[in-house]
Amino acid sequence: MFEILEKKVLSPNEKLMKIKAPLIARKAQAGQFIILRIDEQGERIPLTIADFDREEGTITIIFLEVGKSTKQLGRLEVGDSLLNLAGPLGMPSEVKKYGTIVLIGGGVGIAPLYPIVRAMKAAGNYVISILGAKSKDLIILEEEISEYSDEFYITTDDGSKGSKGFVSDLLDQLIQRRNKKIDLVMAIGPVIMMKVVSDLTKKYSIKTLVSLNPIMVDGTGMCGGCRVSIGGKTKFACVDGPEFDGHLVDYQNLMLRNQRFVGHEKDACKLLEEKA
Amino acid sequence: MSVQKTKHPMPQQPAAERVHNFREVPLGYAPDVAVAEAKRCLQCKNKPCMKGCPVEIDIPGFLQCITLGDFEKAAEVIRAKNNLPAISGRVCPYEDQCECECTLKKAGEPVGIGRLERFIADYERTKGAVVPPRPQQNGKRVAVVGSGPAGLTCAGDLAKQGYDVVVYEALHAPGGVLMYGIPEFRLPKVIVHSEVDYIKKLGVTVDYDMVVGKSITVPELLEEFDAVFIGTGAGLPNWLNIPGENLDGVYSANEFLTRVNMMKAYEFPKSDTPVKIGKVVATFGAGNVAMDCARTSLRLGAEKSYILYRRTEAEMPARAEEIEHAKEEGVVFKLLTNPVRFIGTEKGILKEVEFLTMKLGEPDESGRRRPVPIPGSEQVLAIDTALVAIGQSPNPLIPQSMPDLKLGKHGNIITDEEGRTSIPGIFAGGDIATGAATVILAMGAGKKAARAIDQYLQAK
Repeated sequence: MFEILEKKVLSPNEKLMKIKAPLIARKAQAGQFIILRIDEQGERIPLTIADFDREEGTITIIFLEVGKSTKQLGRLEVGDSLLNLAGPLGMPSEVKKYGTIVLIGGGVGIAPLYPIVRAMKAAGNYVISILGAKSKDLIILEEEISEYSDEFYITTDDGSKGSKGFVSDLLDQLIQRRNKKIDLVMAIGPVIMMKVVSDLTKKYSIKTLVSLNPIMVDGTGMCGGCRVSIGGKTKFACVDGPEFDGHLVDYQNLMLRNQRFVGHEKDACKLLEEKA
Repeated sequence: MSVQKTKHPMPQQPAAERVHNFREVPLGYAPDVAVAEAKRCLQCKNKPCMKGCPVEIDIPGFLQCITLGDFEKAAEVIRAKNNLPAISGRVCPYEDQCECECTLKKAGEPVGIGRLERFIADYERTKGAVVPPRPQQNGKRVAVVGSGPAGLTCAGDLAKQGYDVVVYEALHAPGGVLMYGIPEFRLPKVIVHSEVDYIKKLGVTVDYDMVVGKSITVPELLEEFDAVFIGTGAGLPNWLNIPGENLDGVYSANEFLTRVNMMKAYEFPKSDTPVKIGKVVATFGAGNVAMDCARTSLRLGAEKSYILYRRTEAEMPARAEEIEHAKEEGVVFKLLTNPVRFIGTEKGILKEVEFLTMKLGEPDESGRRRPVPIPGSEQVLAIDTALVAIGQSPNPLIPQSMPDLKLGKHGNIITDEEGRTSIPGIFAGGDIATGAATVILAMGAGKKAARAIDQYLQAK
């Protein structure tokens, strides 16, 4: 059992939980994920690690309540425990000195960006961070990420905070302003955002990494449910990823595969609401 | 007295009934039938059947106990060698193992050894298995990675010899393929749990959610333990590598079976994990896993369940019994059929498979006649779901984390006959070493490795 030590409501549907998991904290690295299960009937839910503290023996997850299981997770309180928690899974981010890098987090994708920002800064990079969301309520970890950023920007779709528009608009301006001298772009967030960012950087031939979030079951390389098409080759996000070259990802297929069980999800949510 | 030439039949759920439920298909022998079947054994002095048993059960010994009505003693004889009899008594391909060597086979059907092992294991379970007293602990510790048939067997054997054994399981439930792969109607999960409980009662600890290679590495385990056994199985599904394989509606057998068996998708929404299959399902491949997929589909409500296989029935790798059961349940076999592409709707949802008709040509390196396509024989079959069951490759997590470990070209861990890897103190067995094989061979490998580990630690 894995106890919830801290819970924060970041926005109405977005929650942070710090969980006691010393073995996972000991090994966790930026870019990796965990799989959790709430109870005996629960599905295996993959979530990227938003933070970890080796000394305290904790990991932090941040999640958007999008389906039945994440809604149920959001109802747990401090002192409650998760039945299962496995990790860290996936390959860590390749942290090294690239030079000038732009790290982009969109919506709930801001959460996994945080440990990457911290690690990339520590590796000696000039870190430019861009956080994007629909509106100001959905911008999270602003202080934490800005602390490790040499330049820090916010964009919101409605202009309620930072500049109005999409992260890609701001990225385009940055690329122009820096005369294309950017060594790496990394984008984590909604699939469509990662696609738009990758399309843009491809024009300028700037190396771009994205962190993919396909549907998974076991998360250990066994089921192939999380397969993604990378440059025409089938890869498993759980063991080969979750980070891939953004210019090679078949985003359309990923979006499609992420819709596989929407009907079931709706039914399950309805039942949960009825029960509540 | 002449011996009955055929096995006593084992009752089973009628096909028309069982396709609507997940309950076990064969129902097991009644005690009097078991005794009568055991009496068919000739008690050959040279015990040929034992040559066919990877876990070295004294087969004539336990059969004799049955003839005397001493089922407890029979259980004891089996348990002396086999830690998982209720499992092997259900899924072992005994027709290729012990029964293949039976003297009676020369003039009829062999003794139903598999059915009798199952009978005894079930008898023992209802009475409560007798656990041997814990031996004196020898102070040595062994870590076992993976709680599938290889790992559980190795762990049980070592515990019986006084080792302190911890099994690390990556998933949230024990059993590996016994839990996620083999369906409930072939191997009820309560039976897996009860066999795991037996292993635990021998003194073995099972730790879940431990993804070795990620949560902890094998070299780290070696700091804490005197030896490590790796039994992580064949995880990674193989693909057909044809266009459209990533469409919505195409699953690997592993994903489909894991959703249904381990995550209990057939109980959705009571269980949170869904599965969807539509009306027409096509399974590709003809091994036991393919039969499991095709039969599971019917139980989930598919109106039509096809097996598409590029060779003929004679070349099918599945057990005869599984093929028979699939046919009885209405699975339709489309043989000499090779898929060339999956076709999706505009939205990317699977709607058809295009295939070629094959004919058998010259024998290939496996000795089987190679299927060759008949030009111009393209046809299209409308399907809602495709299940790809054409085998698995070894799980990559441990090899990824251990660059020094010697691997074969398919990513399998190279071992000698007894399971020693290229690194002293590290042993491996089962599908991770051999590539995808059977439960009983994995159990045999776990047993041999336990012996090698014991030798290694005695000499150390």
